[in-house]
Amino acid sequence: MVKFEIHDLNIWFGSAHAIKQVNMEVQSNEILSVIGPSNSGKTTFLRALNRLNELNVNYKITGAVELEREDVRGIEIEELRRKVGMVFALPLPLPLSIFDNVAYGIRIHGEKGKEKIEEKVEETLKQAYLWEEVKDRLSESAFKLSGGQQQRLCIARTLAVGPEVILFDEPCSGLDPISTAKVEDAMVKLKEKFTIVLVTNNVKQAARVGDKTAFFLSGELVELNKTDRIFTAPKDKRTDGYIRGKFG
Amino acid sequence: MKNPYRTQKIAFFFLFLATLLIVIPVGLIVVVIIQKGFPAINWQFLSDIPRQGMRAGGIFPAIIGTIYLVTGAIIFALPIGLLAAIYLSEYSKDNLLTRLIKLAIVNLAGVPSVVYGLFGLALFVVFFKFGASIVSGSLTLGIMILPVIITTSREALESVPYSFREVSLSLGASKWQTIRHIVLPNAIPGILTGTILGLGRAAGETAPILFTVAAFYLPQLPHSIFDQAMALPYHLYVISTQVPNVDEKIRYGTAFVLLALVLFMNLVAIIIRYKFRKKKKW
Repeated sequence: MVKFEIHDLNIWFGSAHAIKQVNMEVQSNEILSVIGPSNSGKTTFLRALNRLNELNVNYKITGAVELEREDVRGIEIEELRRKVGMVFALPLPLPLSIFDNVAYGIRIHGEKGKEKIEEKVEETLKQAYLWEEVKDRLSESAFKLSGGQQQRLCIARTLAVGPEVILFDEPCSGLDPISTAKVEDAMVKLKEKFTIVLVTNNVKQAARVGDKTAFFLSGELVELNKTDRIFTAPKDKRTDGYIRGKFG
Repeated sequence: MKNPYRTQKIAFFFLFLATLLIVIPVGLIVVVIIQKGFPAINWQFLSDIPRQGMRAGGIFPAIIGTIYLVTGAIIFALPIGLLAAIYLSEYSKDNLLTRLIKLAIVNLAGVPSVVYGLFGLALFVVFFKFGASIVSGSLTLGIMILPVIITTSREALESVPYSFREVSLSLGASKWQTIRHIVLPNAIPGILTGTILGLGRAAGETAPILFTVAAFYLPQLPHSIFDQAMALPYHLYVISTQVPNVDEKIRYGTAFVLLALVLFMNLVAIIIRYKFRKKKKW
């Protein structure tokens, strides 16, 4: 099933043309990895999916991003962001306790029942493979967790509002290999229920977890294909050059 | 002067000297006022009305008057100042107009207090016909401390990391929910600092209350907020310059009480701020 359809997408920040004429689809229940050198527009592309680019004042967009055939600009922004969750590059816990970090999103979407919130927090912490490590210290500050734990907490927090899509923006850039492996495990497990778009600077990570891989360069989508095709037989020689580490 | 170690030592010496130059006068003021004023402090002084043309008795009406005025000023200025600060830091677009407004607010903090007094006289006493009353005085003091509260609150709000807002919005929170649940709780210590500064200023100023509320001699408590009232700073001015033969003890005692009142109010705010800081999780 097609989750996102992107038609003729162009994005500018002031005079900088960040995304150039991108057309693509994102299928549900798979991991789409987005790779490319820095400043290639990966993150801008990602933030177009949940309209987070709009926080930038000089932002301009043409073309359309459709979530299940509905233009994202026609969806109420709070509802869109509930459906399309995001995990940021750095672990960014809110200045709250571990429990409240996960409960925050549930509460702002109107859930008041204490037991329901507790249930949901436990469920999502389990989904993010964090429950066993934090179940006895839920009232502690989230900042006391290690970086890897914080990032899994952020995943749980994103899951708790009931998204359909999860956007990962280089989620492992600040993590050690073991924490990275845990986050990757979580992602692979999560694609059964969610659609995942993963922006990563780590080409190997794209190869490990991505079902499909998209290669961006200078704001253009150079190539999008099944991950094993991209990595074994890329059609474009720029893709080939990037994954072999010739530039970037 | 090629020796960096010696240069550093000299720099440290001057920095230390500058600090000392600030600390010494402050210390001296406190010492002198305590030394001369403390002997005057007794129950009668704190709880009695002034007697014999303010040469005897106590200063109770002035204490109560100042407490009313400061409370009124804060009740008026804190909500308005905070809401304005939220609007300026979270909602307003960054353009020439808002930059001018911000600049104007910062500059308002530097307007001499007697100008506020005159403004309060024209607006509240005369135009709104509140007369010389606690309302007029409180509102005048409130307007005087608004710029301080707005500026410090705005800085406190803006110092909350942008990433917290982004995270909250990305979870589908509305802008107001983000402000209410994430930005505001983390800005409270800074907002309280502004409130402390405003409080101290409102309690100590004479000029703004001179035309708007302060009674020269009123040996009774105000019955309503539309009554005139005595206030400590003005009372101090009166007994120091307008009434002959007032015992030095009474003058310094009044100064002592004013100082203690301001310090006490600051202390309360500092304790609240400390409690919030301890709750801060980052």
